Amino acid sequence: MTAISHDLPAERGVAVGAAKARSTYLVAAVCILVIAMMLFPLAVSFFASIKTPQEAVAVPPNYLPHTLSLENYLKVYNYQAGLPTYLFNSLSVAFLTIGFCLALAVPAGYGLARFPLPGKEAIFLFLLASLMIPYQALLTPLYLMFAPLGLTNSYVGLAIVHTVLQLPFSIYLMRHSFESVPRELEEAAIMDGCSSLQALLKVFLPAVRPGMVTVVLFAFIQSWNEFIAALIFMGKETSFTVPIMLVAVRLGRFGTVDWGALQAGIIIAIVPCVAIYVLLQRYYVSGLLSGAVK
Amino acid sequence: MNAVRGRYIGLIYLVPAVLFVAVFVAYPLGRLVWLSLTNASLLGGARYDGFKNYIRAFNDATFWTSLLFTIKYTLTITPILMGLGFLAALLTAENTPLKKFTRGVIFLPVVIGLGTSSLLWWWLFDQQVGLFNRALVDLGILSEPIVWFTQADLALWAVIISVVWKVVGFGMILFIANIQGIDKEINEAAMIDGAGYWQRVARIVLPLSYRTILLATLISAIGSMLAFEQFYIMTNGNPQGQTFTSVYWIYQNSFVFFKLGYGSALSVILTVIIVLGTAMQIMLTRRGEGT
Repeated sequence: MTAISHDLPAERGVAVGAAKARSTYLVAAVCILVIAMMLFPLAVSFFASIKTPQEAVAVPPNYLPHTLSLENYLKVYNYQAGLPTYLFNSLSVAFLTIGFCLALAVPAGYGLARFPLPGKEAIFLFLLASLMIPYQALLTPLYLMFAPLGLTNSYVGLAIVHTVLQLPFSIYLMRHSFESVPRELEEAAIMDGCSSLQALLKVFLPAVRPGMVTVVLFAFIQSWNEFIAALIFMGKETSFTVPIMLVAVRLGRFGTVDWGALQAGIIIAIVPCVAIYVLLQRYYVSGLLSGAVK
Repeated sequence: MNAVRGRYIGLIYLVPAVLFVAVFVAYPLGRLVWLSLTNASLLGGARYDGFKNYIRAFNDATFWTSLLFTIKYTLTITPILMGLGFLAALLTAENTPLKKFTRGVIFLPVVIGLGTSSLLWWWLFDQQVGLFNRALVDLGILSEPIVWFTQADLALWAVIISVVWKVVGFGMILFIANIQGIDKEINEAAMIDGAGYWQRVARIVLPLSYRTILLATLISAIGSMLAFEQFYIMTNGNPQGQTFTSVYWIYQNSFVFFKLGYGSALSVILTVIIVLGTAMQIMLTRRGEGT
């Protein structure tokens, strides 16, 4: 019977269609399973953060909170110097890093993309060379350099380290952005008698805005998340950034871990990154691709 | 006249960035090499010591343990990341709403800090309050919650699980960009010839992803060779210093034991290893651009 049905074109089509539908369902099921696995850690952490502190330390733990409470967040808010201090530290360093990256990478990208410089590629390589050197190795000499200048436990000091980390990518990206601006735009500006600086401000900056958004995005996320330099350079309790504060929260006051407060802190550290990613996903993914395929 | 003027004006735009890199990358690098030849301490004082630090590194059992452990970590996690990343790319490369959403969710942890995600997983793995342990028990995979961080091998796997969760989306995104760039006609022709799905993956998608896979492997391997946060937070180098990574051992020597000279020598050694790796990566990319 099966042999017969296989010979009928119409029935064969149905059979292929059924197999295809089956594999579509299977793929959808796998997708949903993967989504569940990826979101599980974030979901249970969020739920733990809104448990009461007592429930957060219960053994065995519950997946979902029985009673909702914001007490864990309140504890993090009042932790040591207070959450506002730590948020302010992290944000200050991040915004300074963004400022440094833009101030250095935008002109550099312009110079590299738009002027027939002698030895341009050598300069470009010099600027990107720091990509090859792990910044972890530079932390000791930078620390010795910064300590006498008062740049340890300082927003500017840590922002400089974060800029070292982020600058090659920013310059690469800005050069690329400037190169893709059509020549006609520039020529029109020169005809109007613009100097190169006026051309940069009036013609180019609006045209390279997507590149600048990507630079800002990566500088922010990288600086917000960066750990080892912050650990070394921000040793004073009042100058911790958020990730370093989290490690301190974990240690607790009496050597026991405050699990609920830790989860609340983790959620606070994650939210800005996730929000930016969800809002600016397009810039993020395209920036990542152009950066990796440099 | 404009061209001549343009040259020098162009240079002016490069000056700030060049100065920055000279002062904050080139100079510290030189100073690092100098420090590695001294007995500098964070407590002050530095005397030229020749190659003593390098000889000491050669005889330092923990240095070798940490280097070998870092290599072991890298060699274990990199194939897992590439394999799962490639499977995730195959699963979600098509632009249907569900697949796009799945892709977005897999990529999501990439934007979270490694320090933060390590703390999150350290909690999930906890023997008493950890929900990963509880989930494994509920699913029947474990009979009771286990202690992950008292045995080096188990601790390594715990770290690997957490890092895979965090960065698997990175490779996936690179692979998806590549898969979407493959000419659809090749695939359709193979389909008409009766090639099944996995045959097409093996014969068409994999060979055409070769360069991207190599590139992602190198980026990922270099990142793993520089691992610090995940071990600092989750294992603390324990048990018995068996899970120190290279960067962790450098940190420990420089900023916990205050032996900056020795820490610098270790940094120089690590830098040489990483520079070789990155040079390979750049060569690969350059060659790819030519074809």
